[in-house]
Amino acid sequence: MARSSGVREATGDLRLESVTKSFGGFTAVDDLDLLVPRGSFFALLGPSGCGKTTTLRMVAGLEQPTSGRVLIGDTDLTGSRPFERPVNTVFQSYALFPHLTVRDNVAFGPTRRRVREAGALADEALALVEVDHLASRKPAQLSGGQQQRVALARALVNRPEVLLLDEPLGALDLKLRRQLQVELKRIQTEVGLTFVHVTHDQEEAMTMADTVAVMNHGRIEQMGAPAELYDLPRTAFVANFVGRSNLGAGTVLGRDGEHLSAEVQGTTVTVPLSRAQAREGAVLFGIRPEKVRVLREAPEGTGDDVRGTVLDVSFTGVATEYLVRLPSGTVWSCYEQNLDVDPVDLRPGDEVWISWNPAHAFTVPLDEAEAAAAAEATG
Amino acid sequence: MTALAHVGQAGGGGPTPPADDQERPGRRWVPYLLLLPGGLWLLVFFVVPLVQLFTVSLQSQFPGYPGYYYRDVNAGNYLRALTDFAPQFGRSLLFAALATFFAFVLAYPLAYAMAFKVGRWRNVMLIAVIAPFFTSFILRTVAWRQILADEGPVASTLNALHLLPGGHITETWAAVVAGLTYNFLPFMVLPIYASLERADHRVIEAGGDLYANGFTTFRTVTLPMSAPGVLAGTLLTFIPAAGDYVNADLLGADDTKMVGNVIESQFFKVLGGFPVAAALSFTLMALILAMVFVYVRRFGTEELL
Ligand SMILES: Nc1ncnc2c1ncn2[C@@H]1O[C@H](COP(=O)(O)OP(=O)(O)OP(=O)(O)O)[C@@H](O)[C@H]1O
Ligand SMILES: [Mg+2]
Repeated sequence: MARSSGVREATGDLRLESVTKSFGGFTAVDDLDLLVPRGSFFALLGPSGCGKTTTLRMVAGLEQPTSGRVLIGDTDLTGSRPFERPVNTVFQSYALFPHLTVRDNVAFGPTRRRVREAGALADEALALVEVDHLASRKPAQLSGGQQQRVALARALVNRPEVLLLDEPLGALDLKLRRQLQVELKRIQTEVGLTFVHVTHDQEEAMTMADTVAVMNHGRIEQMGAPAELYDLPRTAFVANFVGRSNLGAGTVLGRDGEHLSAEVQGTTVTVPLSRAQAREGAVLFGIRPEKVRVLREAPEGTGDDVRGTVLDVSFTGVATEYLVRLPSGTVWSCYEQNLDVDPVDLRPGDEVWISWNPAHAFTVPLDEAEAAAAAEATG
Repeated sequence: MTALAHVGQAGGGGPTPPADDQERPGRRWVPYLLLLPGGLWLLVFFVVPLVQLFTVSLQSQFPGYPGYYYRDVNAGNYLRALTDFAPQFGRSLLFAALATFFAFVLAYPLAYAMAFKVGRWRNVMLIAVIAPFFTSFILRTVAWRQILADEGPVASTLNALHLLPGGHITETWAAVVAGLTYNFLPFMVLPIYASLERADHRVIEAGGDLYANGFTTFRTVTLPMSAPGVLAGTLLTFIPAAGDYVNADLLGADDTKMVGNVIESQFFKVLGGFPVAAALSFTLMALILAMVFVYVRRFGTEELL
């Protein structure tokens, strides 16, 4: 759209090839491979300190990888400076220019690229994020949410090949956050750019992104569509970070056709082979809380079941959450949708059966730390 | 005052009004109580002498009795101050402006390096900048006279290379400007450093992210963000430099005298010079105030006005 002043023309998918970043002896990003298809909304999800910002900074060119390559399409951008990359960032702290008005902030990028009509473009971008009425204010005179929109406009106005968003909604209250999530998604669909959205809010990642990559300790644990990640987590970390899971350590007993059977704390359970990430020796068995049924009588049929004692009942309206202590001492949580006319009137101390369809169960490699964390969360 | 206030609040986020002011009327007197000691001090040691100096500047001499004055409204003192000593006024403002310029040129890279480049050497450098204050201003200027003296290392080297047209460095305006630059350099470095140091690095990175190369980012982001520091530094250098007489006295000659030298000699060496000296002081003050006002109006930020 403009005479580029040293900006590399690169179009296509964003690729990171075995990218590693070390600070001194500490590895913040560890041998990361990533493919973000052009025009997709990609979320990088992970706990604080797992290397999300560092990854984005390497894509933006604000940090150079210790090893590995960063590419857009077939253009290798490794080693190039930030101003040469067709990439813009919405910073975690907004980083608006305090000495410039909102309009001049947004016009900064186009002006540097010597686009004529930079001011008009800026106004257009401000209208897109619905803060055009604030164009002549200084950033210090804006609320957090307004600053966030300006930061977004300042990056969007350049129509970069890749837009990086570093927890742009982190500082906002829940309501505004939900509202801006919807708007961000709308804008992304409207302008069709590649968005890489960093967040540690799994709900945010799930609702907005086409693809979610779950990151932990500088590595990608699992990547896929939100529903896929939720349905079949491949590691104990993902099982806990994306939604919640009931986990139990167990030992594989053997195979029976398409199923794996395992002994989990005194109970024999089965898992479809296709859902078993770990198939030998010590494994972690898992099932999502809403896939478990709580019953007064011993269930009949083909499901797996186990007896337990109700520890706690919390009614949330659409569902009731039961915490049930199993004979092994593990506490599982079960969400029951309130479908029945006569509610199952359970109280703490009641003896119950819990049952589930083995088709929903999964196994992941044993990870003591995660198993303990899961027990902590439910217990 | 505003410039100093800027340096003072470099670390903090500026004053915030106490929220419970309204609900607790009993505490309304607290701000006045806090202002009292400083206010009294200024009243006794600043306002009273200033008023007195102003009355002196309008006094007339008893004819035939040098050194004796009577109260009068004699604007002639101001006329003399401006006509007889115009060259000294011109030099004061020119030398101060030059010293401010050179101090800025030297201080900015230094402050920039301290804020962004030296890492853990930062504190060592800060101490190095402040260290000269541990010895007397006069002694340091005397030391400069020796460094720049004809037989000293600088002048003799330059002479040997035939690079010094007049043969001397001392007793020239260059020596006076150099001395002023040196003496007021820390007042330029510290405010610039403070404003650079608190600048958000992410904002500077955002410049690069938005297609500005290193120099453009500096020109359009870093420099404007340090403008309050630059403004404070130039004021803190220019104002005392314009009133200085020590450098012109120790490093200059008769043709490099500044207003400060004239005031000093009129007060202490010329019989009957009091009213003119007072008028000179007031004129200098008014000139500087007017210039600072225009300057701050032109380049100032909301923070300073
Ligand atoms: N310049 C640096 N020097 C040393 N260590 C660093 C540096 N930058 C980041 N780190 C470390 O690298 C790790 C990853 O940091 P990063 O900022 O990428 O985390 P993050 O996933 O963005 O976390 P958050 O959600 O809290 O923003 C952290 O442990 C951090 O302390
Ligand atoms: Mg971060």
